[in-house]
Amino acid sequence: MSDATFDKFKACAVEVLQVPEDKVVPEARFGDDLDADSLDLVELVMALEEAFDVTVEESELEGIETIGQAYDLISAKL
Amino acid sequence: MGLLDDKRILVTGVLTDASLAFAVARRAIEEGAEVVLSGAGRGLSLTRRTARKLPAPVDVLEIDVTEPAQMAAAAEVLAGRWGRLDGLLHAIGFAPPDCLGGDILRAGWPDVATALEISAYSLKALVEATLPLLEAAGGASVVGLDFDARVAWPAYDWMGVAKAALESLSRYLARDLGARGIRVNLVAAGPVRTMAAKSIPSFGAFEDTWGARAPLGWDVTDAEPVAGACVALLSDLFPMTTGELLHVDGGVHAMGG
Ligand SMILES: NC(=O)c1ccc[n+]([C@@H]2O[C@H](COP(=O)([O-])OP(=O)(O)OC[C@H]3O[C@@H](n4cnc5c(N)ncnc54)[C@H](O)[C@@H]3O)[C@@H](O)[C@H]2O)c1
Repeated sequence: MSDATFDKFKACAVEVLQVPEDKVVPEARFGDDLDADSLDLVELVMALEEAFDVTVEESELEGIETIGQAYDLISAKL
Repeated sequence: MGLLDDKRILVTGVLTDASLAFAVARRAIEEGAEVVLSGAGRGLSLTRRTARKLPAPVDVLEIDVTEPAQMAAAAEVLAGRWGRLDGLLHAIGFAPPDCLGGDILRAGWPDVATALEISAYSLKALVEATLPLLEAAGGASVVGLDFDARVAWPAYDWMGVAKAALESLSRYLARDLGARGIRVNLVAAGPVRTMAAKSIPSFGAFEDTWGARAPLGWDVTDAEPVAGACVALLSDLFPMTTGELLHVDGGVHAMGG
């Protein structure tokens, strides 16, 4: 996990989900730990698409439940 | 030359780029319209983000249709900016979870009231708030989005009741606003996979069967046919049409069984 990339990812999550930085860790679960609902997740994906200049298909989001999984999805596209 | 050259249009209901209203806004811009979007509540930041995907920069106003003060403030902004409103797209629907899912007896009045206020009454509220601007256009067009309410659908429940109210309301608005040069029409769309659609528990069932029942077929990921109809109704092509319900559903409404 590259630090610079994860920091950029983290900044998106902090901005969109409005959670403190120290909560954005790989094992954090969107629903239980970060209190994010489906609207938040859609917005987070849009923010990540803009920040990293990637596109994420809806089908790719199935089964993504943690920060770490989302990060892997994005970083695999870089 | 575009169908909507010189038209100034308020488009509500853009949430993501899958929103029906997003396809309408994009098409309207392509046809020469000047567009302002509105978003509501916690969806507002999403609307702002989605707006950046449109072919031209557009402003986003905050309009939660349950907040009269926000509607008044938005109307004031539009008055200052445009002085008139040629088109208004109502693409707003919401029902609390108890109102959906296949048990019409479950929801109580507070939840039903919310569904009706946001999904039906809001058409009157928006029109009322922008009335001087619509009148000033001298031939304004109000278009709302409907889901055919003649029959009971799986799981659609109180949203279906709200759509029946919306259909009726559009006819009464057409009656009372015609003399002021304002047309009011609805587009009854087939199922399209949007955020709102995904909150309907049996949406998957519609997705699977609609295409098979539609003489023209149906693609649940394509909002363009709906957008085209909305743009046509917002244009000057239908100057003598009001109180109308236009089906864009592949033809399903006309079929028996
Ligand atoms: N998607 C379909 O299959 C389908 C079919 C027929 C009709 N429709 C109708 O189309 C319209 C747009 O829905 P969509 O499918 O594009 O989904 P969507 O989720 O993209 O849009 C729904 C919109 O309603 C808005 N909204 C909810 N509560 C609001 C409030 N209090 N104030 C202001 N806005 C509020 C949301 O911000 C959102 O933009 C709705 O009226 C819906 O019932 C949808």
